[in-house]
Amino acid sequence: MVKLRELASTIRSKNAGVDHLTFDVIFRDPSAFARVRDSGALAPERICALYRIPRERLTHHCVFEPAQAIKFTIRRLVPSGSPGETDVFGAQQYAPLFDVEVP
Amino acid sequence: MKPFTIACPTGHLAFTPLEKASFLEGCRLGPDAIVADAGSCDIGPRPLGADRHVSLEAHQRHDLEIMLLEARRLGVPMIVGSASDTGTDRGVDQFVRLVREIAAEHRLAPFELAAIYSEQKVEDLLGRLERGARIAGLDGRPDGDAATLRRTDRVVAVMNAEPIRRALREGAQVVIAGRASDCALFAAPLLEAGFSPAIAYYTGKLMECASFACEPFMGKETILGTVEGESVVVRAMHPEQRCTPASLASHAMYERTDPFREHVAGGWIDMSGCRYEQVDGKATRASGAVFHATPRLSVKLEGAGRVGERRLAIVGVRDPQTIARIDQAIAWARGKVAERFGPEGRGWRLFYHLYGRNAVMKELDPDPPSAPHELGVVVEAVHEDGRTAEEIAALAARNLFYARLPGTKGTAGAAALMSDEILVGEPGYEWTLNHVIEVEDIMELVRIRHLVVDGRGGEGR
Repeated sequence: MVKLRELASTIRSKNAGVDHLTFDVIFRDPSAFARVRDSGALAPERICALYRIPRERLTHHCVFEPAQAIKFTIRRLVPSGSPGETDVFGAQQYAPLFDVEVP
Repeated sequence: MKPFTIACPTGHLAFTPLEKASFLEGCRLGPDAIVADAGSCDIGPRPLGADRHVSLEAHQRHDLEIMLLEARRLGVPMIVGSASDTGTDRGVDQFVRLVREIAAEHRLAPFELAAIYSEQKVEDLLGRLERGARIAGLDGRPDGDAATLRRTDRVVAVMNAEPIRRALREGAQVVIAGRASDCALFAAPLLEAGFSPAIAYYTGKLMECASFACEPFMGKETILGTVEGESVVVRAMHPEQRCTPASLASHAMYERTDPFREHVAGGWIDMSGCRYEQVDGKATRASGAVFHATPRLSVKLEGAGRVGERRLAIVGVRDPQTIARIDQAIAWARGKVAERFGPEGRGWRLFYHLYGRNAVMKELDPDPPSAPHELGVVVEAVHEDGRTAEEIAALAARNLFYARLPGTKGTAGAAALMSDEILVGEPGYEWTLNHVIEVEDIMELVRIRHLVVDGRGGEGR
């Protein structure tokens, strides 16, 4: 097992519009990309378990080959910037991905 | 068809100032147009709802001045969209004023300017709704109804390339547009030059954030995009940056739910078959986009409405027993507020941001620590009336100090008040509209005003 942070070159989150947070995990090394992609470590059900969200809040999930990336999107409970907001750009929601174990 | 080159110096004009050196380097290569977007939803609903800019006017003037002087020197169109962060009529008028002031300062020869407005009156949308229009929710939102619109203070329609094309055809050399799809600003001059919608909008998608499409990570540096046939070559202008297939492709999916699709009014770009190839050390060629026109013209509406006044207080907790039972302490404090103001939700809202536990990620945090060394609590109270919001914040913060936790050893105060002041926050707003409305013609929602700017003292039209 190795942690995702040791394989990915970019792990980031950001608003996608006002109602979603989108996450990009990008790999420089093709073999690292293939390893994570094929391992299922970032499969939809694993992401839902990690973020403890029901499956319907994970609105998009895909492998984006041109960028050697795995991308997924989570619906916000309230739109960005509403009262109660603490991450208006959605830029600090990726930290739990660092420690995802990849077989 | 001749190749067409666009220079883009910034992904959000004036949020911080653009870097002049790489822009001048780009302009030295003779671009056919200079394009930049100046707005974003990312800054939250308050700028739109309150109709205020968040970029500083000094920075707006800085960026517009550098761009305008080069555009006029080269004699090429300059296109700026989503003016002044929000793309409201105020934003367009402010940028037009700045362009006039800069032109006068530099005694620029007369040029044609088009101001394109896309702000919508809430009453007009209510009228459309009454006449049977559907305001369809995006991203899983329910459709907008009269109540949605009444909660909305300000609305902008997001234009496609067509109004900008019209302004260019009518002779505009400088276009200041209201809210627009970022990619439409780039698509407009390309479509006017005869390129296909596929490569025109795709080029815009790739270029809209300027040097974010290159590596290593740098903001506010210029990139050039040269379109030829059905492909575009994107080139980094900063000496230390390069545009690679990886950097360009990873930018194509930035800030989007779906990396394969980009929607604009009237169609969408399919990027699933796109190819990226290195051209030289600084540039990458991209191709393979397909444009699908939609039979109906659905125009996106962005709207924001005021929720109430906000007051804030800051409290710290160091007692490990209090930290372990912070939820109980908060429940006590909430109870004291409810005793005076009734149940939460009836006119008031209260948020406890627990820095040190899970303030940043809230319910998405998989592993908030149960025993942090200390907790920073930001109390945020919302009420229509500022004085009441102040009282709620005071009760909510000070009752952490007075929280009755059985067996507590610290009987002189269960929390540390950073000070006893209640801070005045900006009013709270929310995104009320993230919807689309169908129209026959985008010009139903857009107005174009042409004027002549004469920096040598002649009166403009």
